[in-house]
Amino acid sequence: MTELTNLTIAEIRDGVRAGDFSARDVAEGFNANVAGAKALNAFIVETPELALTAADQADKDRAAGTLKPLSGVPIGMKDLFATKGVQTTAGSHILEGFVPEYESSVSQKLWDAGAGMLGKLNMDQFAMGSSNETSHFGNVISPWRRGGGDNAPLAPGGSSGGSSAAIAARLCPGATGTDTGGSIRQPAAFTGIAGIKPTYGRCSRWGIVAFASSLDQAGPMARTVQDCAILLENMAGFDPKDSTSLDMPVPQWEAGLSADLKGKRIGIPKEYRVDGMPAEIEALWEQGIAWVKDAGADVVEVSLPHTKYALPAYYIVAPAEASSNLARYDGVRYGLRDLPDGAGLQDMYAATRAAGFGAEVKRRIMIGTYVLSAGFYDAYYTQAQKVRTLIAQDFDTAWQSCDLLLTPTAPSAAFALGEKSDDPLAMYLNDVFTVPTSLAGLPAMSVPGGLDAGGLPLGLQIIGKAFDEQGVLNAGLAIEQRAGFTARAEKWW
Amino acid sequence: MSVDHATVRKIASLARIAASDAEVEAMVPELNTILGFVEQLGEVDTSSVAPMTAVIPNHQRLRDDVVNADPLTGGGVQDKVLANAPAREHGFFGVPKVIE
Repeated sequence: MTELTNLTIAEIRDGVRAGDFSARDVAEGFNANVAGAKALNAFIVETPELALTAADQADKDRAAGTLKPLSGVPIGMKDLFATKGVQTTAGSHILEGFVPEYESSVSQKLWDAGAGMLGKLNMDQFAMGSSNETSHFGNVISPWRRGGGDNAPLAPGGSSGGSSAAIAARLCPGATGTDTGGSIRQPAAFTGIAGIKPTYGRCSRWGIVAFASSLDQAGPMARTVQDCAILLENMAGFDPKDSTSLDMPVPQWEAGLSADLKGKRIGIPKEYRVDGMPAEIEALWEQGIAWVKDAGADVVEVSLPHTKYALPAYYIVAPAEASSNLARYDGVRYGLRDLPDGAGLQDMYAATRAAGFGAEVKRRIMIGTYVLSAGFYDAYYTQAQKVRTLIAQDFDTAWQSCDLLLTPTAPSAAFALGEKSDDPLAMYLNDVFTVPTSLAGLPAMSVPGGLDAGGLPLGLQIIGKAFDEQGVLNAGLAIEQRAGFTARAEKWW
Repeated sequence: MSVDHATVRKIASLARIAASDAEVEAMVPELNTILGFVEQLGEVDTSSVAPMTAVIPNHQRLRDDVVNADPLTGGGVQDKVLANAPAREHGFFGVPKVIE
C-alpha cells in the first residue's frame, strides 16, 4: 500500500470514505512526519492531539454515515489565522503567547467541513517577506536542495513558507496560505506545489491577522490543482463579519474541473519579459504556452503597460495599510508589553513596539507612516492608488482579447537563505509577477511546471478575471496534466 | 524626496517605535533606497485618473441594529476581552499612570 502521507487530499478523502484506511491512521502518519521534521522549522506550534480528535470523529462519522467534505483530512494552518485556544503569533514576538478566544472564519469553515489541524505553520513576520527569513521563530528551511552536493539551505518562499515547506515535505497534504502580494503563489513555485489566491473577498478576512486589508486574501496550498479546488470550496463563502466579503454563492470548483481549454484565449503579457530573467524561466514559459495550446487554447499576445509600476505602487499601498493596521499592537490589550522603569504610556508604546516588531516590520511601518504623513500623502499614497486604478484598467483592457493570462510565477527558482536578506529591494523584486494581480484583486494560481538545471522547481502562474477561479483552476489542471510534475525533495531532514 | 536623520527620528516617533541613534542611522539609507524606488510613480500621468477605492466592486453593508446581532462580536464577554491583556485590574486594562 502507498504510504498514507504520500496521498493527495482527494485520495485521503475518498480512501477514508471507502474504508480503505482509517482517518486515525492518516493523522498518525502525518503527526509522525511533523514530529520528525524539526530541522525544517515549518511549524511554530504542533497540535497532534487536535489532528487525532478530528480523525477519530471522521472514523465515527463514517460508521454513522455522516461524513463531511474534508473528513479524515489533516491540514496545516498558517499562523496568521486566529485559532481558538491555540497560540497565534503571525510569526512575531509581539504576539508571542497570544491565545485567541475566537476562531477565524476560514479556519472554522475548514473544521466544520471535518478537517483536522496538525499545527500552526511558520511564516514571515506579519506576512512581510518573500523568503520566510523574517519570522521571530526562525527561518523555515526548504526541503529542496540544489543538486550536486550543494547543501546550502534554501528559502521556501514567503510569506507562506511554513505552508509550502510542510506540503512539499509531506508533513501535511494541504494547508492554508494568505497572499497579499504573492505570498501563496511564490512559495508554491519555490517548492513545487500548487496554490491559488482567489478573487479578493472570496475568503473572509475575519480572524486573519491584518497586514494590508485591501490586498490580503486567504487561499489554499496543496500538491494538486484538484486539492486546491477542494480546499478552496471549504474556505470561501460570504461572511457578514468581513465588510469586503463577497456575497456570492461558492461554485463547485472541484466538480467543474476540466482540462479542456478549447475556445479559451490565453494572453501572454509582453511586459512580463523582464530584463535579466533566467533563460530557464523563459523556456518554461514557452513550454507552458505549448501546453495550453495542446489543451485547445488560443494564445494571444497582450499588453499590460503599467506593469513596471505595480511594485512601487504596492510598496506604498501595502506599508501604508500595514502602518495603520499594526497600530493596534500597543502593549495594552494583548501581546507583548515592555514597560521600562518609570515609563509613561507613550514610552510604553514605543518600547513595546521596538521590542516586539522585527526589522522588516519596522521598516514597512516607517515607510507607511511616512507616505501617509501630512504633506506627503498626495504625492505618495494618492498617486499610488491612482496608479493602482491604471493597473486594474490594464487587466480590464486585456480581458477584451483574452480570458486568462499565463506568466511565470517568480523571476527565479528558490534562492539560498541569506542571499537577499541584506537588500530589501532585491527581495521585493521577487514579487514582480505576482503583485499586479494582487493590486487588481484578481484570482491567480501557481502550478509546478518543471525543474531548473539545479533540480529546483519552477512555477507557472495563471491569472483570471474576477470571480473566474474555475477558469484559473482549469488552465492549471491542463498544465498540471501535461507537466507531469512528480519530482520531490529527497529526504535529508 | 529623501529623508535625513531628523526626519527618520520624527517618523519613528509618529509610529511609536523607540529607536537608538544607531538604529536611526541604519534606517536612513534603507528608507531612502525604498523611497527612491517608489519615486518612479511620479512619471505616470494620473491627471485624469481617480484613486482606487475598492478593488472589487462591492456595496457597503450595515449589520442589523440590534444588541448582540452576532454573539461572537457582541458584548458581555469581558473575561474574553481581557484574557490576553498583559495587565488587568478590576475588570479593566491596566496601564501606567497617565495623569499626574
